[in-house]
Amino acid sequence: MTISENISTPDDVWPTSASGFCVPYEVFTDKAYYDREQEAIFRGDAWSFVGLEAELPNSGDYKSTFIGETPVLVTRDNDGNINVMQNRCAHRGALVCRERRGNTRRLQCVYHQWAYDLKGQLRGVPFRAGIAGKGGMPEGFDLTEHGLNRLRSASINGLIFATFSRAVVSLEEFLGPMIIASIQRIFNRPIEILGDQRQYIHGNWKLYAENTRDPYHASLLHLFHTTFGLYRSSQTGECLMDGAHRHSMLYAKASSSNTALEREVFKDVRSYDENFKLADSSVLQGRPDFDDGITLVIMALFPNLVIQQIANTLAVRQSVTDGADGFELVWTHFGYLDDDEEMRNIRIKQSNLIGPAGYVSMEDGEAVEIVQKAVRRDRGAGSYIAMGGGVAEDADHLVTESAIIGFWQHYKSMLGIAP
Amino acid sequence: MNLTALSEIELQFKLERLLAEYVQCIDDDRLEQWPEFFVDRCVYKILALENAARGMPVAAIFCDSKNMLVDRVVSLRKANIYERHQYRHIVSSTIISGVTTRSAKMRSNYAVYRTRGQGVTELYSAGIYEDRVVVVDDCLLLEEKIVIYDTDRIDTLLVTPL
Ligand code: FES
Ligand SMILES: [Fe+2]
Repeated sequence: MTISENISTPDDVWPTSASGFCVPYEVFTDKAYYDREQEAIFRGDAWSFVGLEAELPNSGDYKSTFIGETPVLVTRDNDGNINVMQNRCAHRGALVCRERRGNTRRLQCVYHQWAYDLKGQLRGVPFRAGIAGKGGMPEGFDLTEHGLNRLRSASINGLIFATFSRAVVSLEEFLGPMIIASIQRIFNRPIEILGDQRQYIHGNWKLYAENTRDPYHASLLHLFHTTFGLYRSSQTGECLMDGAHRHSMLYAKASSSNTALEREVFKDVRSYDENFKLADSSVLQGRPDFDDGITLVIMALFPNLVIQQIANTLAVRQSVTDGADGFELVWTHFGYLDDDEEMRNIRIKQSNLIGPAGYVSMEDGEAVEIVQKAVRRDRGAGSYIAMGGGVAEDADHLVTESAIIGFWQHYKSMLGIAP
Repeated sequence: MNLTALSEIELQFKLERLLAEYVQCIDDDRLEQWPEFFVDRCVYKILALENAARGMPVAAIFCDSKNMLVDRVVSLRKANIYERHQYRHIVSSTIISGVTTRSAKMRSNYAVYRTRGQGVTELYSAGIYEDRVVVVDDCLLLEEKIVIYDTDRIDTLLVTPL
């Protein structure tokens, strides 16, 4: 047997179901799928989120992050412009920047001290002319040909995206008008970064893409949500997608809660306990941020971003893949620069709701992991996704898995798998 | 109890014993008693070093009353879903400062080993405790506990207090 016969290739024919949608479990476990995603999605025709402009307020500010598992750098140069480039030295491939963030005039690789400017252009090579007439770079060596690999980047309302692709449509077209409007609603004025939270989840990144397109689970898995009415499937809300079904936007209005209906709907549901009361309810006390009555928004942007508003908590969550069976989730919390002290304190206190220790979010890491553990040896078997009708359609309610199907259909098209 | 009247050894002993009782309470899963280590108007924060170093306020857990601690425990008992796990705290290198008659500060290193359902024990979190202790009715209670964790990539989730 040759080595190549041992390497599985993605199965290009997925199981089907007459009434729902099936996803073969090997998409969560196979390295072949993972490698294909890194090329076709993260290094391919998609725009990935890399940061917020507010993280880089000054010239010389930089942050290092990842697109999929490729390390990248985001900088603000002396002209005030944002640059995104690969964090890989043009000499012999070392990480140019090892810190998460900082401020610098030059990006200098520690290995042989090649120095780049904030746009990624090579500016200096030690011993370029040799020492005492010996050694040095060859005559044809041209600094301008050896810069860092620059990515296409674009911003919308302070969110920075980048792509390795020269062919992908513009960021505006990639996001689509519904998502852009939803971004503009939240990022309607300058923001203040309030801090980051990081968590490592031992499961495939796409299980989280499913989880954040899934209004079905939120009432059932997260009791805290349901008990305190932050989110209930019975609330008024919608589950919407962009034209290509890559992205989704779920929203709900807490004021639409109806006690009689909810008693009936949740009577057999484990996660609803009307008698669970808080001794200090200040964590739930807030002030409306928007006048449209929407109190919860989960926007899942393909491939690596979630933008959320839960009560007064505002955050972006970036997924960083780490092999087929792990990913890091980076939460960046923010408020508005013009928040008064009371509002800022509300957001800080409500941070208890979200993140790896969040009252309404801690279970999601667990949900991803229990799937990953169960399916690791189940090539061929698949899930069954049908709530709401089993098709990728917008829904004017929250009892649906339609946006998950939209995600998978788009995923298949990006990987060249038959629909 | 007048803290300035105690010898250095007595004070060190009393505060280290408070720390030992605190971590044993959590490690023994007597979480209903855990808020009793605090005064009513306390501050308890679990803060990533990354945020503390930048002066950023977002904490993994932020409580500014004993009742909020009680709520955390009720929620983890009744609401939150997570895999059963066991903590073992190791606390060391306690340095005491700012001693007044009725209060003192202390800074300690901590490490928490977590054992999950499959019986594997791993180092879950390492960092420091920055505590402010006050004397109330002849007892030592925590007025403020700031847990600053170096392990700022939390493994899966954080539900049990540190
Ligand atoms: S690898 Fe960067 S300078 Fe040599
Ligand atoms: Fe969730």
